[in-house]
Amino acid sequence: MNIENIKSQFPIFSKKINGKQLVYLDSSNSSQKPASVINRLDSFYKNEFSNIGRSIHSLSVNATNKFDETRMSVKKFINANSKEEIIFTKNATESINLVASTFGQQNIKTGDEILITELEHHSNYVPWHYLRENKGAVIKFAPINDDGDIVISELEKLINSKTKIIAVTHLSNVTGTIVPVKEIIDIAHKKNIPVLVDGCQSAPHLKIDVKDLDCDFYAISGHKVYGPTGVGILYAKKKWLEQLPPYMGGGGMISEVKKDKITYAQLPEKYEAGTMPTAEVIAFNESIKFMESVGIENLVSHERELTNYALEKLKTINSVCIVGNPKNKAGVISFTIKGVHPHDIATILDEDAVAIRAGHHCCQILHEKLKLNATARVSFGIYNTKEDVDILCKAIENCRKVFNLK
Amino acid sequence: MDLKELYQDIILEHGKSPRNYGKCLGYNHNAIGHNPLCGDQVHVYLKLNQKKMVEELTFEGSGCAISIASTSIMTELVKGKSFQTAKKIVAEFLSMIKTGSKIATKDLNEDQKIKIMSLSGVKQYPMRVKCATLSWHTLVSAMDKKIDDVNTEVVD
Ligand SMILES: Cc1ncc(COP(=O)(O)O)c(C=O)c1O
Repeated sequence: MNIENIKSQFPIFSKKINGKQLVYLDSSNSSQKPASVINRLDSFYKNEFSNIGRSIHSLSVNATNKFDETRMSVKKFINANSKEEIIFTKNATESINLVASTFGQQNIKTGDEILITELEHHSNYVPWHYLRENKGAVIKFAPINDDGDIVISELEKLINSKTKIIAVTHLSNVTGTIVPVKEIIDIAHKKNIPVLVDGCQSAPHLKIDVKDLDCDFYAISGHKVYGPTGVGILYAKKKWLEQLPPYMGGGGMISEVKKDKITYAQLPEKYEAGTMPTAEVIAFNESIKFMESVGIENLVSHERELTNYALEKLKTINSVCIVGNPKNKAGVISFTIKGVHPHDIATILDEDAVAIRAGHHCCQILHEKLKLNATARVSFGIYNTKEDVDILCKAIENCRKVFNLK
Repeated sequence: MDLKELYQDIILEHGKSPRNYGKCLGYNHNAIGHNPLCGDQVHVYLKLNQKKMVEELTFEGSGCAISIASTSIMTELVKGKSFQTAKKIVAEFLSMIKTGSKIATKDLNEDQKIKIMSLSGVKQYPMRVKCATLSWHTLVSAMDKKIDDVNTEVVD
Protein backbone atom coordinates (compact mmCIF):
# COMPACT_ATOMS: atom_id res chain seq x y z
CA MET A 1 0.00 0.00 0.00
CA ASN A 2 1.41 3.36 -1.03
CA ILE A 3 0.37 6.01 1.47
CA GLU A 4 1.73 8.90 -0.58
CA ASN A 5 -0.53 7.75 -3.38
CA ILE A 6 -3.50 7.64 -1.03
CA LYS A 7 -2.61 11.00 0.47
CA SER A 8 -2.50 12.57 -2.98
CA GLN A 9 -6.19 11.73 -3.33
CA PHE A 10 -6.96 14.29 -0.60
CA PRO A 11 -6.89 17.84 -2.02
CA ILE A 12 -6.46 19.45 1.40
CA PHE A 13 -2.93 18.14 1.66
CA SER A 14 -1.81 20.25 -1.26
CA LYS A 15 -2.73 23.38 0.72
CA LYS A 16 -0.41 25.14 3.14
CA ILE A 17 -1.50 25.96 6.70
CA ASN A 18 0.39 28.82 8.36
CA GLY A 19 2.76 28.49 5.42
CA LYS A 20 3.52 24.89 6.29
CA GLN A 21 2.59 21.41 5.17
CA LEU A 22 -0.53 20.30 7.07
CA VAL A 23 -0.08 17.46 9.56
CA TYR A 24 -3.66 16.48 10.23
CA LEU A 25 -3.97 14.50 13.45
CA ASP A 26 -7.62 15.18 14.23
CA SER A 27 -9.38 12.50 12.19
CA SER A 28 -11.31 11.21 15.21
CA ASN A 29 -13.01 14.58 15.23
CA SER A 30 -13.67 14.45 11.50
CA SER A 31 -11.66 12.95 8.67
CA GLN A 32 -10.51 14.76 5.55
CA LYS A 33 -12.26 13.93 2.28
CA PRO A 34 -10.85 12.31 -0.86
CA ALA A 35 -11.38 14.05 -4.20
CA SER A 36 -13.81 11.34 -5.33
CA VAL A 37 -16.24 12.32 -2.57
CA ILE A 38 -15.86 16.05 -3.18
CA ASN A 39 -16.23 15.59 -6.93
CA ARG A 40 -19.32 13.43 -6.50
CA LEU A 41 -21.02 16.19 -4.49
CA ASP A 42 -20.07 18.65 -7.17
CA SER A 43 -21.19 16.53 -10.11
CA PHE A 44 -24.46 15.56 -8.46
CA TYR A 45 -25.35 19.20 -7.83
CA LYS A 46 -24.21 20.25 -11.31
CA ASN A 47 -25.66 17.47 -13.45
CA GLU A 48 -28.09 15.32 -11.54
CA PHE A 49 -29.70 17.28 -8.77
CA SER A 50 -33.20 16.40 -7.72
CA ASN A 51 -34.96 15.44 -4.54
CA ILE A 52 -35.65 11.75 -4.09
CA GLY A 53 -38.80 9.70 -3.91
CA ARG A 54 -41.43 12.30 -4.62
CA SER A 55 -41.51 12.92 -8.34
CA ILE A 56 -41.81 10.81 -11.44
CA HIS A 57 -39.41 12.78 -13.61
CA SER A 58 -36.14 11.26 -14.76
CA LEU A 59 -33.87 13.28 -12.48
CA SER A 60 -35.81 12.16 -9.45
CA VAL A 61 -35.77 8.54 -10.52
CA ASN A 62 -31.99 8.72 -10.97
CA ALA A 63 -31.45 10.42 -7.60
CA THR A 64 -33.71 7.89 -5.87
CA ASN A 65 -31.75 5.02 -7.39
CA LYS A 66 -28.38 6.53 -6.45
CA PHE A 67 -29.60 7.14 -2.90
CA ASP A 68 -30.63 3.52 -2.72
CA GLU A 69 -27.24 2.40 -4.05
CA THR A 70 -25.54 4.03 -1.07
CA ARG A 71 -27.91 2.20 1.23
CA MET A 72 -26.93 -1.08 -0.45
CA SER A 73 -23.23 -0.20 -0.11
CA VAL A 74 -23.64 0.55 3.59
CA LYS A 75 -25.49 -2.71 4.08
CA LYS A 76 -22.60 -4.56 2.49
CA PHE A 77 -19.96 -2.47 4.26
CA ILE A 78 -21.23 -3.40 7.74
CA ASN A 79 -22.65 -6.79 6.70
CA ALA A 80 -26.28 -6.14 7.61
CA ASN A 81 -29.01 -8.60 6.65
CA SER A 82 -31.07 -6.27 4.52
CA LYS A 83 -31.13 -2.68 3.36
CA GLU A 84 -34.29 -2.09 5.43
CA GLU A 85 -31.99 -2.20 8.44
CA ILE A 86 -30.03 0.87 7.27
CA ILE A 87 -31.52 4.21 8.31
CA PHE A 88 -29.94 7.50 7.23
CA THR A 89 -29.73 10.23 9.87
CA LYS A 90 -27.64 13.38 10.07
CA ASN A 91 -24.96 11.90 12.35
CA ALA A 92 -24.34 9.21 14.96
CA THR A 93 -25.71 11.53 17.61
CA GLU A 94 -29.06 11.57 15.86
CA SER A 95 -28.89 7.79 15.41
CA ILE A 96 -28.45 7.31 19.16
CA ASN A 97 -31.16 9.85 19.97
CA LEU A 98 -33.50 7.99 17.64
CA VAL A 99 -32.99 4.76 19.55
CA ALA A 100 -33.06 6.32 23.03
CA SER A 101 -36.25 8.18 22.22
CA THR A 102 -38.23 5.44 20.49
CA PHE A 103 -36.95 2.57 22.59
CA GLY A 104 -37.43 4.63 25.74
CA GLN A 105 -40.95 5.62 24.81
CA GLN A 106 -41.89 1.99 24.34
CA ASN A 107 -39.83 0.11 26.89
CA ILE A 108 -38.62 2.31 29.75
CA LYS A 109 -40.59 2.83 32.95
CA THR A 110 -39.71 4.50 36.25
CA GLY A 111 -36.88 2.64 37.93
CA ASP A 112 -35.76 0.81 34.81
CA GLU A 113 -32.02 0.80 34.26
CA ILE A 114 -29.85 1.78 31.33
CA LEU A 115 -26.29 0.55 31.45
CA ILE A 116 -23.56 2.58 29.75
CA THR A 117 -19.83 2.88 30.48
CA GLU A 118 -17.39 5.48 31.76
CA LEU A 119 -15.84 5.63 28.29
CA GLU A 120 -18.90 7.05 26.57
CA HIS A 121 -18.97 10.19 24.46
CA HIS A 122 -21.62 12.70 25.55
CA SER A 123 -23.58 11.57 22.49
CA ASN A 124 -24.04 8.17 24.08
CA TYR A 125 -24.93 9.54 27.50
CA VAL A 126 -27.04 12.67 27.14
CA PRO A 127 -29.78 10.99 24.99
CA TRP A 128 -30.19 8.40 27.77
CA HIS A 129 -30.20 11.14 30.39
CA TYR A 130 -33.44 12.42 28.82
CA LEU A 131 -35.01 9.12 29.84
CA ARG A 132 -33.70 9.65 33.34
CA GLU A 133 -35.32 13.08 33.39
CA ASN A 134 -38.57 12.22 31.66
CA LYS A 135 -39.18 8.61 32.59
CA GLY A 136 -37.40 8.23 35.91
CA ALA A 137 -34.91 5.77 34.45
CA VAL A 138 -31.65 5.02 36.27
CA ILE A 139 -28.32 5.23 34.41
CA LYS A 140 -25.48 3.01 35.55
CA PHE A 141 -21.87 3.31 34.45
CA ALA A 142 -19.71 0.26 33.92
CA PRO A 143 -16.30 1.24 35.31
CA ILE A 144 -12.97 1.30 33.53
CA ASN A 145 -9.65 0.35 35.10
CA ASP A 146 -6.47 2.44 35.12
CA ASP A 147 -5.53 1.12 31.68
CA GLY A 148 -8.76 2.46 30.21
CA ASP A 149 -10.31 -0.99 29.71
CA ILE A 150 -13.89 -1.77 30.69
CA VAL A 151 -13.88 -4.36 33.46
CA ILE A 152 -16.29 -6.95 32.05
CA SER A 153 -16.84 -8.69 35.39
CA GLU A 154 -17.86 -5.34 36.91
CA LEU A 155 -20.14 -4.61 33.98
CA GLU A 156 -21.77 -8.01 34.47
CA LYS A 157 -22.42 -7.25 38.13
CA LEU A 158 -24.37 -4.13 37.14
CA ILE A 159 -26.84 -6.11 35.02
CA ASN A 160 -30.06 -7.09 36.78
CA SER A 161 -33.72 -7.69 36.01
CA LYS A 162 -34.32 -3.93 35.68
CA THR A 163 -31.64 -3.47 33.00
CA LYS A 164 -33.50 -2.65 29.79
CA ILE A 165 -30.71 -1.73 27.40
CA ILE A 166 -26.92 -1.52 27.27
CA ALA A 167 -25.22 1.23 25.25
CA VAL A 168 -21.48 1.03 24.74
CA THR A 169 -18.82 2.46 22.48
CA HIS A 170 -16.87 0.14 20.19
CA LEU A 171 -13.73 2.31 20.28
CA SER A 172 -12.98 5.09 22.75
CA ASN A 173 -12.35 8.49 21.19
CA VAL A 174 -9.99 9.34 24.08
CA THR A 175 -7.97 6.26 25.04
CA GLY A 176 -8.36 4.40 21.76
CA THR A 177 -9.60 1.38 23.73
CA ILE A 178 -11.15 -1.27 21.49
CA VAL A 179 -14.03 -2.51 23.60
CA PRO A 180 -14.85 -6.25 23.40
CA VAL A 181 -18.42 -5.45 22.38
CA LYS A 182 -19.09 -8.97 21.11
CA GLU A 183 -18.44 -10.35 24.58
CA ILE A 184 -20.73 -7.71 26.10
CA ILE A 185 -23.45 -8.47 23.56
CA ASP A 186 -23.23 -12.19 24.36
CA ILE A 187 -23.61 -11.49 28.07
CA ALA A 188 -26.53 -9.13 27.44
CA HIS A 189 -28.36 -11.42 25.05
CA LYS A 190 -28.23 -14.30 27.53
CA LYS A 191 -30.42 -12.04 29.65
CA ASN A 192 -32.50 -10.79 26.73
CA ILE A 193 -31.11 -7.27 26.92
CA PRO A 194 -30.59 -5.41 23.64
CA VAL A 195 -27.30 -3.60 23.00
CA LEU A 196 -26.59 -0.36 21.14
CA VAL A 197 -23.02 0.06 19.92
CA ASP A 198 -21.64 3.55 19.29
CA GLY A 199 -19.56 2.83 16.21
CA CYS A 200 -18.45 6.38 15.56
CA GLN A 201 -14.75 5.69 16.03
CA SER A 202 -14.72 2.03 15.04
CA ALA A 203 -16.24 2.55 11.60
CA PRO A 204 -13.17 4.43 10.29
CA HIS A 205 -10.65 2.23 12.11
CA LEU A 206 -11.93 -1.38 12.26
CA LYS A 207 -13.76 -3.95 10.21
CA ILE A 208 -17.46 -3.79 11.10
CA ASP A 209 -19.64 -6.88 10.92
CA VAL A 210 -23.00 -6.31 12.63
CA LYS A 211 -24.11 -9.87 11.89
CA ASP A 212 -21.10 -11.31 13.63
CA LEU A 213 -21.45 -8.90 16.57
CA ASP A 214 -25.19 -9.59 16.70
CA CYS A 215 -25.72 -6.06 18.06
CA ASP A 216 -29.25 -4.66 18.08
CA PHE A 217 -28.25 -1.11 17.09
CA TYR A 218 -25.07 0.36 15.59
CA ALA A 219 -24.49 4.11 15.12
CA ILE A 220 -22.06 5.66 12.61
CA SER A 221 -21.17 9.20 11.48
CA GLY A 222 -20.32 9.47 7.77
CA HIS A 223 -18.03 12.48 8.22
CA LYS A 224 -15.57 10.40 10.28
CA VAL A 225 -15.41 7.75 7.53
CA TYR A 226 -14.04 10.04 4.78
CA GLY A 227 -17.61 11.11 3.96
CA PRO A 228 -19.47 14.41 3.79
CA THR A 229 -20.99 16.04 6.87
CA GLY A 230 -24.73 15.60 7.31
CA VAL A 231 -24.81 11.81 6.83
CA GLY A 232 -25.28 9.48 9.75
CA ILE A 233 -26.23 5.83 9.81
CA LEU A 234 -28.31 3.82 12.18
CA TYR A 235 -28.16 0.10 11.74
CA ALA A 236 -30.93 -1.68 13.66
CA LYS A 237 -32.21 -5.21 13.56
CA LYS A 238 -35.40 -5.31 11.52
CA LYS A 239 -37.45 -6.59 14.41
CA TRP A 240 -36.66 -3.43 16.36
CA LEU A 241 -37.42 -1.08 13.49
CA GLU A 242 -40.74 -2.84 12.98
CA GLN A 243 -41.61 -2.86 16.63
CA LEU A 244 -40.49 0.63 17.71
CA PRO A 245 -42.61 3.74 17.06
CA PRO A 246 -41.49 6.29 14.45
CA TYR A 247 -39.10 9.06 15.57
CA MET A 248 -39.68 12.26 13.61
CA GLY A 249 -42.93 12.84 11.80
CA GLY A 250 -43.37 14.50 8.43
CA GLY A 251 -43.25 13.91 4.72
CA GLY A 252 -41.73 10.73 3.37
CA MET A 253 -42.33 8.61 6.48
CA ILE A 254 -46.08 8.16 6.06
CA SER A 255 -48.21 5.70 4.17
CA GLU A 256 -51.60 7.36 4.42
CA VAL A 257 -52.73 10.55 6.14
CA LYS A 258 -56.39 11.15 7.13
CA LYS A 259 -57.90 13.68 9.51
CA ASP A 260 -58.41 11.01 12.12
CA LYS A 261 -55.71 8.49 11.31
CA ILE A 262 -52.14 8.23 10.02
CA THR A 263 -50.31 5.12 8.93
CA TYR A 264 -46.57 4.96 8.48
CA ALA A 265 -44.32 4.04 5.60
CA GLN A 266 -42.48 0.75 5.30
CA LEU A 267 -38.86 0.42 6.36
CA PRO A 268 -36.53 2.16 6.04
CA GLU A 269 -38.60 5.25 5.11
CA LYS A 270 -40.55 5.02 8.37
CA TYR A 271 -37.50 6.57 10.04
CA GLU A 272 -36.51 9.06 7.35
CA ALA A 273 -38.84 12.03 7.76
CA GLY A 274 -38.52 15.09 5.54
CA THR A 275 -36.01 15.87 2.82
CA MET A 276 -32.83 13.92 3.38
CA PRO A 277 -29.25 15.09 2.72
CA THR A 278 -29.64 13.69 -0.78
CA ALA A 279 -26.34 14.80 -2.32
CA GLU A 280 -24.36 13.90 0.77
CA VAL A 281 -25.80 10.40 1.03
CA ILE A 282 -25.12 9.83 -2.66
CA ALA A 283 -21.54 11.11 -2.29
CA PHE A 284 -21.08 8.91 0.77
CA ASN A 285 -21.10 5.94 -1.59
CA GLU A 286 -17.73 7.21 -2.82
CA SER A 287 -16.40 7.16 0.75
CA ILE A 288 -17.27 3.49 1.05
CA LYS A 289 -15.69 2.81 -2.33
CA PHE A 290 -12.59 4.66 -1.12
CA MET A 291 -12.41 2.55 2.06
CA GLU A 292 -12.85 -0.59 -0.03
CA SER A 293 -10.20 0.46 -2.53
CA VAL A 294 -7.72 0.86 0.32
CA GLY A 295 -8.89 -2.37 1.93
CA ILE A 296 -9.97 -2.44 5.57
CA GLU A 297 -7.21 -4.92 6.46
CA ASN A 298 -4.58 -2.58 5.00
CA LEU A 299 -6.09 0.37 6.79
CA VAL A 300 -6.13 -1.46 10.12
CA SER A 301 -2.53 -2.61 9.82
CA HIS A 302 -1.27 0.78 8.65
CA GLU A 303 -2.92 2.56 11.55
CA ARG A 304 -1.72 -0.05 14.03
CA GLU A 305 1.85 0.42 12.85
CA LEU A 306 1.52 4.21 13.08
CA THR A 307 -0.02 4.05 16.55
CA ASN A 308 2.76 1.81 17.85
CA TYR A 309 5.40 4.02 16.27
CA ALA A 310 3.85 7.13 17.80
CA LEU A 311 3.51 5.53 21.24
CA GLU A 312 7.16 4.50 21.20
CA LYS A 313 8.34 7.95 20.14
CA LEU A 314 6.08 9.87 22.51
CA LYS A 315 7.21 7.78 25.45
CA THR A 316 10.79 8.90 24.88
CA ILE A 317 9.87 12.58 25.28
CA ASN A 318 10.38 13.82 28.80
CA SER A 319 7.24 14.86 30.68
CA VAL A 320 4.83 13.39 28.09
CA CYS A 321 2.29 11.13 29.74
CA ILE A 322 0.07 8.82 27.66
CA VAL A 323 -3.53 8.48 28.86
CA GLY A 324 -4.53 4.84 29.32
CA ASN A 325 -2.85 1.64 28.26
CA PRO A 326 -5.67 -0.53 26.91
CA LYS A 327 -5.19 -4.15 25.87
CA ASN A 328 -6.31 -3.40 22.34
CA LYS A 329 -5.88 0.06 20.95
CA ALA A 330 -6.51 1.74 17.62
CA GLY A 331 -5.58 5.05 16.03
CA VAL A 332 -6.24 7.38 18.98
CA ILE A 333 -3.65 8.62 21.49
CA SER A 334 -4.40 11.11 24.24
CA PHE A 335 -1.59 12.59 26.27
CA THR A 336 -0.62 15.33 28.67
CA ILE A 337 2.63 17.21 29.11
CA LYS A 338 3.57 17.96 32.68
CA GLY A 339 3.57 21.74 33.05
CA VAL A 340 1.77 22.56 29.79
CA HIS A 341 -2.02 22.68 29.59
CA PRO A 342 -3.50 20.85 26.55
CA HIS A 343 -4.92 24.11 25.18
CA ASP A 344 -1.47 25.61 25.14
CA ILE A 345 -0.11 22.45 23.48
CA ALA A 346 -2.72 22.72 20.71
CA THR A 347 -1.96 26.39 20.08
CA ILE A 348 1.79 25.80 19.93
CA LEU A 349 1.44 22.73 17.67
CA ASP A 350 -0.84 24.69 15.35
CA GLU A 351 2.03 27.06 14.71
CA ASP A 352 3.74 24.12 13.00
CA ALA A 353 0.49 23.24 11.16
CA VAL A 354 0.09 20.18 13.38
CA ALA A 355 -3.66 19.89 13.96
CA ILE A 356 -4.63 18.06 17.15
CA ARG A 357 -7.52 18.39 19.56
CA ALA A 358 -7.38 19.58 23.15
CA GLY A 359 -10.05 19.44 25.81
CA HIS A 360 -12.29 16.75 27.22
CA HIS A 361 -13.32 15.48 23.76
CA CYS A 362 -16.98 15.31 24.86
CA CYS A 363 -16.03 12.75 27.53
CA GLN A 364 -16.27 14.60 30.85
CA ILE A 365 -17.22 11.46 32.78
CA LEU A 366 -14.05 9.75 31.58
CA HIS A 367 -11.86 12.78 32.32
CA GLU A 368 -13.31 13.03 35.81
CA LYS A 369 -12.50 9.37 36.33
CA LEU A 370 -8.95 9.94 35.09
CA LYS A 371 -8.72 13.03 37.33
CA LEU A 372 -7.79 15.17 34.35
CA ASN A 373 -9.48 18.39 33.26
CA ALA A 374 -8.32 18.10 29.72
CA THR A 375 -6.02 16.10 27.47
CA ALA A 376 -4.35 16.59 24.11
CA ARG A 377 -5.38 14.06 21.48
CA VAL A 378 -3.69 12.77 18.36
CA SER A 379 -5.80 10.65 16.03
CA PHE A 380 -4.85 9.03 12.75
CA GLY A 381 -6.41 8.54 9.37
CA ILE A 382 -5.29 6.44 6.44
CA TYR A 383 -3.35 9.43 5.03
CA ASN A 384 -1.01 9.82 8.02
CA THR A 385 2.61 8.78 7.83
CA LYS A 386 5.52 8.18 10.19
CA GLU A 387 6.87 11.51 9.01
CA ASP A 388 3.73 13.13 10.47
CA VAL A 389 4.57 11.52 13.80
CA ASP A 390 8.14 12.82 13.57
CA ILE A 391 6.87 16.35 12.92
CA LEU A 392 4.44 15.98 15.83
CA CYS A 393 7.27 15.00 18.16
CA LYS A 394 9.38 17.95 17.04
CA ALA A 395 6.44 20.28 17.62
CA ILE A 396 6.02 18.82 21.12
CA GLU A 397 9.69 19.54 21.77
CA ASN A 398 8.91 23.12 20.77
CA CYS A 399 6.15 23.22 23.44
CA ARG A 400 8.74 22.26 25.99
CA LYS A 401 10.99 25.01 24.69
CA VAL A 402 8.29 27.71 24.75
CA PHE A 403 7.47 26.73 28.32
CA ASN A 404 11.14 26.47 29.32
CA LEU A 405 10.72 22.88 30.50
CA LYS A 406 13.79 20.92 31.45
CA MET B 1 0.99 35.22 14.53
CA ASP B 2 3.91 34.89 16.85
CA LEU B 3 4.03 32.44 19.72
CA LYS B 4 6.52 34.62 21.58
CA GLU B 5 3.98 37.41 21.67
CA LEU B 6 1.37 35.08 23.13
CA TYR B 7 3.61 33.28 25.57
CA GLN B 8 5.60 36.18 26.99
CA ASP B 9 7.77 35.47 30.01
CA ILE B 10 5.41 37.40 32.24
CA ILE B 11 2.53 35.12 31.20
CA LEU B 12 4.52 31.94 31.61
CA GLU B 13 5.65 33.12 35.01
CA HIS B 14 2.16 34.01 36.24
CA GLY B 15 0.80 30.81 34.66
CA LYS B 16 3.28 28.78 36.64
CA SER B 17 3.12 30.70 39.92
CA PRO B 18 -0.20 32.50 40.09
CA ARG B 19 -0.65 35.26 42.67
CA ASN B 20 -3.61 35.44 45.05
CA TYR B 21 -4.47 31.80 44.69
CA GLY B 22 -6.90 30.34 47.22
CA LYS B 23 -9.99 31.39 49.12
CA CYS B 24 -9.56 34.76 50.85
CA LEU B 25 -10.76 35.22 54.39
CA GLY B 26 -14.02 37.09 54.79
CA TYR B 27 -15.01 37.18 51.14
CA ASN B 28 -18.52 38.49 50.61
CA HIS B 29 -18.86 38.00 46.86
CA ASN B 30 -17.95 35.01 44.71
CA ALA B 31 -18.78 33.47 41.37
CA ILE B 32 -17.81 30.48 39.28
CA GLY B 33 -16.95 30.67 35.59
CA HIS B 34 -16.98 27.68 33.23
CA ASN B 35 -15.40 27.12 29.87
CA PRO B 36 -17.44 24.16 28.57
CA LEU B 37 -15.14 23.87 25.58
CA CYS B 38 -12.35 22.50 27.73
CA GLY B 39 -13.95 21.85 31.11
CA ASP B 40 -11.83 24.49 32.80
CA GLN B 41 -13.29 26.36 35.71
CA VAL B 42 -12.43 29.42 37.77
CA HIS B 43 -13.84 30.44 41.14
CA VAL B 44 -13.38 34.11 42.04
CA TYR B 45 -13.58 35.29 45.67
CA LEU B 46 -13.89 38.96 46.48
CA LYS B 47 -14.14 41.07 49.60
CA LEU B 48 -15.81 44.41 49.03
CA ASN B 49 -15.51 46.60 52.11
CA GLN B 50 -17.94 49.22 53.35
CA LYS B 51 -16.37 51.90 51.19
CA LYS B 52 -17.04 49.61 48.20
CA MET B 53 -13.37 49.00 47.73
CA VAL B 54 -11.99 45.65 46.58
CA GLU B 55 -10.13 44.76 49.73
CA GLU B 56 -9.34 41.16 48.78
CA LEU B 57 -9.48 39.33 45.47
CA THR B 58 -8.41 35.73 45.04
CA PHE B 59 -9.24 32.73 42.89
CA GLU B 60 -9.14 28.98 42.61
CA GLY B 61 -9.34 26.82 39.54
CA SER B 62 -7.52 25.07 36.78
CA GLY B 63 -6.72 26.09 33.28
CA CYS B 64 -4.20 26.79 30.60
CA ALA B 65 -1.28 29.19 30.99
CA ILE B 66 -3.28 31.99 29.37
CA SER B 67 -6.27 31.67 31.67
CA ILE B 68 -4.27 31.24 34.87
CA ALA B 69 -1.94 34.14 34.01
CA SER B 70 -4.85 36.35 33.04
CA THR B 71 -6.61 35.61 36.30
CA SER B 72 -3.49 36.09 38.36
CA ILE B 73 -2.75 39.46 36.73
CA MET B 74 -6.37 40.49 37.16
CA THR B 75 -6.27 39.89 40.90
CA GLU B 76 -3.09 41.93 41.22
CA LEU B 77 -4.44 44.87 39.26
CA VAL B 78 -7.94 45.04 40.67
CA LYS B 79 -7.11 44.48 44.33
CA GLY B 80 -7.23 47.77 46.22
CA LYS B 81 -9.32 49.54 43.61
CA SER B 82 -12.75 51.08 44.11
CA PHE B 83 -15.80 49.32 42.71
CA GLN B 84 -16.08 51.83 39.84
CA THR B 85 -12.39 51.72 38.97
CA ALA B 86 -12.41 47.95 39.01
CA LYS B 87 -15.28 47.93 36.53
CA LYS B 88 -13.42 50.39 34.33
CA ILE B 89 -10.28 48.25 34.28
CA VAL B 90 -12.31 45.17 33.35
CA ALA B 91 -13.98 47.06 30.50
CA GLU B 92 -10.64 48.29 29.17
CA PHE B 93 -9.17 44.81 29.37
CA LEU B 94 -12.07 43.22 27.49
CA SER B 95 -11.95 45.89 24.85
CA MET B 96 -8.19 45.40 24.43
CA ILE B 97 -8.64 41.65 23.93
CA LYS B 98 -11.55 41.99 21.54
CA THR B 99 -10.75 45.11 19.52
CA GLY B 100 -7.07 45.66 20.20
CA SER B 101 -7.68 49.05 21.84
CA LYS B 102 -4.97 50.58 24.04
CA ILE B 103 -5.10 50.68 27.82
CA ALA B 104 -5.72 54.36 28.57
CA THR B 105 -6.83 54.39 32.20
CA LYS B 106 -4.90 56.51 34.69
CA ASP B 107 -5.85 54.06 37.41
CA LEU B 108 -2.98 51.74 36.54
CA ASN B 109 0.68 52.64 36.85
CA GLU B 110 3.19 51.94 34.08
CA ASP B 111 4.24 48.64 35.58
CA GLN B 112 0.65 47.49 35.82
CA LYS B 113 -0.04 48.59 32.27
CA ILE B 114 2.84 46.45 31.02
CA LYS B 115 1.34 43.50 32.86
CA ILE B 116 -2.15 43.90 31.47
CA MET B 117 -0.81 44.57 27.98
CA SER B 118 1.22 41.36 28.07
CA LEU B 119 -2.12 39.66 27.43
CA SER B 120 -2.89 41.64 24.28
CA GLY B 121 -1.31 38.96 22.04
CA VAL B 122 -4.35 36.78 22.72
CA LYS B 123 -6.33 38.85 20.24
CA GLN B 124 -4.41 37.10 17.44
CA TYR B 125 -5.71 33.73 18.63
CA PRO B 126 -9.52 33.82 18.44
CA MET B 127 -9.86 30.31 19.90
CA ARG B 128 -8.01 31.46 23.00
CA VAL B 129 -9.88 34.69 23.73
CA LYS B 130 -12.25 32.86 26.06
CA CYS B 131 -9.31 31.51 28.06
CA ALA B 132 -8.19 35.07 28.76
CA THR B 133 -11.58 36.66 29.42
CA LEU B 134 -13.35 34.02 31.52
CA SER B 135 -12.09 35.17 34.91
CA TRP B 136 -12.74 38.84 34.11
CA HIS B 137 -16.36 38.08 33.25
CA THR B 138 -16.54 35.99 36.39
CA LEU B 139 -15.21 38.92 38.45
CA VAL B 140 -17.97 41.17 37.10
CA SER B 141 -20.49 38.48 37.91
CA ALA B 142 -19.17 38.27 41.47
CA MET B 143 -19.17 42.05 41.88
CA ASP B 144 -22.73 42.31 40.63
CA LYS B 145 -23.63 39.35 42.79
CA LYS B 146 -25.28 37.66 39.90
CA ILE B 147 -26.41 34.29 41.08
CA ASP B 148 -25.89 32.38 37.86
CA ASP B 149 -22.47 31.04 37.06
CA VAL B 150 -20.66 32.55 34.11
CA ASN B 151 -20.36 30.39 31.03
CA THR B 152 -18.05 31.44 28.23
CA GLU B 153 -20.50 30.12 25.66
CA VAL B 154 -22.95 32.78 26.76
CA VAL B 155 -20.79 35.79 27.42
CA ASP B 156 -18.66 35.93 24.29
C1 LIG C 1 -17.29 7.81 20.27
C2 LIG C 1 -18.11 8.91 19.66
N1 LIG C 1 -19.44 8.86 19.73
C3 LIG C 1 -20.22 9.81 19.18
C4 LIG C 1 -19.69 10.90 18.53
C5 LIG C 1 -20.60 11.93 17.95
O1 LIG C 1 -20.46 12.04 16.59
P1 LIG C 1 -21.30 13.11 15.78
O2 LIG C 1 -21.00 14.42 16.39
O3 LIG C 1 -20.83 12.98 14.39
O4 LIG C 1 -22.74 12.73 15.93
C6 LIG C 1 -18.30 11.00 18.44
C7 LIG C 1 -17.68 12.17 17.77
O5 LIG C 1 -16.79 12.79 18.23
C8 LIG C 1 -17.50 9.99 19.01
O6 LIG C 1 -16.15 10.04 18.95
